[in-house]
Amino acid sequence: MKPIFLGRVARFTGRSKFIASFEVEMMMSTLTNTVETQAGVTLPIYMDNHATSPMDPRVLEAMIPFFIEKFGNAASRNHSFGWEAEQAVENAREQIAKLIGATAKEIIFTSGATESNNLAIKGIAEMYKERGNHIITQVTEHKAVLDTCKRLEKHGYRVTYLPVKADGLIDIEDLRRAMDDKTILVSIMFANNEIGVIQPVAEIGKLCHEKGVIFHTDAVQAVGKIPVDVQAMNIDVLSLTAHKIYGPKGVGALYVRRRNPRVQISAQIDGGGHERGMRSGTLNVPSIVGLGKACEIARLEMGTEAARLTAMRDRLRAKLESALDYVEVNGNMEHHLPGNLNMSFVYVEGESLLMGINDVAVSSGSACTSATLEPSYVLKALGLGDDVAHSSIRFGLGRYNTEAEVDYVADKVIGVVSKLRELSPLYEMVKEGIDLSKIEWAAH
Amino acid sequence: MAYSDKVIDHYNNPRNVGQMDKSSDEVGTGLVGAPECGDVMRLQIRVNPETQVIEEAKFKTFGCGSAIASSSLATEWVKGKTVAEALEIKNTDIVKELALPPVKIHCSVLAEDAIRAAIGDWKKKNNVAETAEVAVAAH
Repeated sequence: MKPIFLGRVARFTGRSKFIASFEVEMMMSTLTNTVETQAGVTLPIYMDNHATSPMDPRVLEAMIPFFIEKFGNAASRNHSFGWEAEQAVENAREQIAKLIGATAKEIIFTSGATESNNLAIKGIAEMYKERGNHIITQVTEHKAVLDTCKRLEKHGYRVTYLPVKADGLIDIEDLRRAMDDKTILVSIMFANNEIGVIQPVAEIGKLCHEKGVIFHTDAVQAVGKIPVDVQAMNIDVLSLTAHKIYGPKGVGALYVRRRNPRVQISAQIDGGGHERGMRSGTLNVPSIVGLGKACEIARLEMGTEAARLTAMRDRLRAKLESALDYVEVNGNMEHHLPGNLNMSFVYVEGESLLMGINDVAVSSGSACTSATLEPSYVLKALGLGDDVAHSSIRFGLGRYNTEAEVDYVADKVIGVVSKLRELSPLYEMVKEGIDLSKIEWAAH
Repeated sequence: MAYSDKVIDHYNNPRNVGQMDKSSDEVGTGLVGAPECGDVMRLQIRVNPETQVIEEAKFKTFGCGSAIASSSLATEWVKGKTVAEALEIKNTDIVKELALPPVKIHCSVLAEDAIRAAIGDWKKKNNVAETAEVAVAAH
């Protein structure tokens, strides 16, 4: 029989079971403000899975007992409430480790990938500052990496930002040339969040290990979507997050290699010495359970899911390319995430396109959609003109998208692009054979 | 971002979309903005040579919804006005009418520029002095 904690557990237990079934039912059946169309799709359609993904109901189900019924602190060593929480956390650690070819002890829990990236880069920079002060990254990283590196530059570190080729991939020879005897860390993302290209991670890892440099990768978009193996790929430190793989927001993890070589990281948050001293703070047990479950589902279903998403992505691309002219695919399509498609609909501005397809949730690289009023720095790094970057749309297909939705989105985009091109003076001029680059634009 | 109903209406039903014969003496054409800035407007007016009344206006715009709405509204407003009256249209009037947020004010500025550029083109074609400076420059 379970011991009683403050005598209130019985009531909590009953309630949490009720909440569990109720919530999961809600999640699976009704959403407010949705409309069913004749094409058999429910509007609005969510196709922005690189931003975040809906939770898998199986993940929610796994989490629910850990809010009210099994609420213990995983660091409580003296009673079963703590043991129960700790066991759940260790189980999640195993599930995550298994997905990326690591061991459970190498997984550190964080609040998400931004924290993981900060902890990895700042923690390594601080720990290895006696060895050197040089860090190598590349220009299309997420801001969580770029801004962290920029901060380190203010503290005396030297950072090399490698360029990317027109297809979005780095040149491994550029990396080799950038390394010197002061290089302590290489941080190159696994897969890009905007254009979905997959960097040559195994080659980078091999080179780093040859040179004795620590290799960190922000693998937020890759983990759970494509095979990731920290051993085979010589990855030393890896950031991941739950909410991109159908888990909850606000929880992530950092893989930190323990052997060959053993990587050490200076804590950035001081406190009770949780997570082997690398990240203090009471563990967010329900979310950690969710992250673990999300990883387990991803590991078991990745093969079929990736094939399905790739087929849907290719269908979307083929439909758009066959119906519209002046369409460009951004990024290398060979080394590419299954669910990503980034396309520019030239001579149509991205925000106006989003406005026309307002029952479909996607993202644009247009300046008008960003807080900074600058077009996507990732697309600009590929050498795309600002005008092409302004015209880009990122489609992010995920677990719950259907072929009917792909068809609906394709038709909708074709219709709106065609309409906006009727309105576009640029499209008209190009059709009349005018070279837009020869015009003296009155920039403002 | 939430758009005002008027912006959405102009976006869904843009007024006076099209092109007029650029070479006609009665037609003034203004092309403002730049592709790399994400907005280009072309606004054209056809002016009655007797009355100087703008009898027809057409536009095409590459840009966001607010840019499309600003130029669509500009064509509506210049129609029926004399050239002198049309020059009175201020970007702030457009901001007010369309309830544009601060981040979209440049769309209204561009629309005002487009009106001025179209009128300037027409004046040049018809040897109407725009300002003293233009008259001097023409010598």
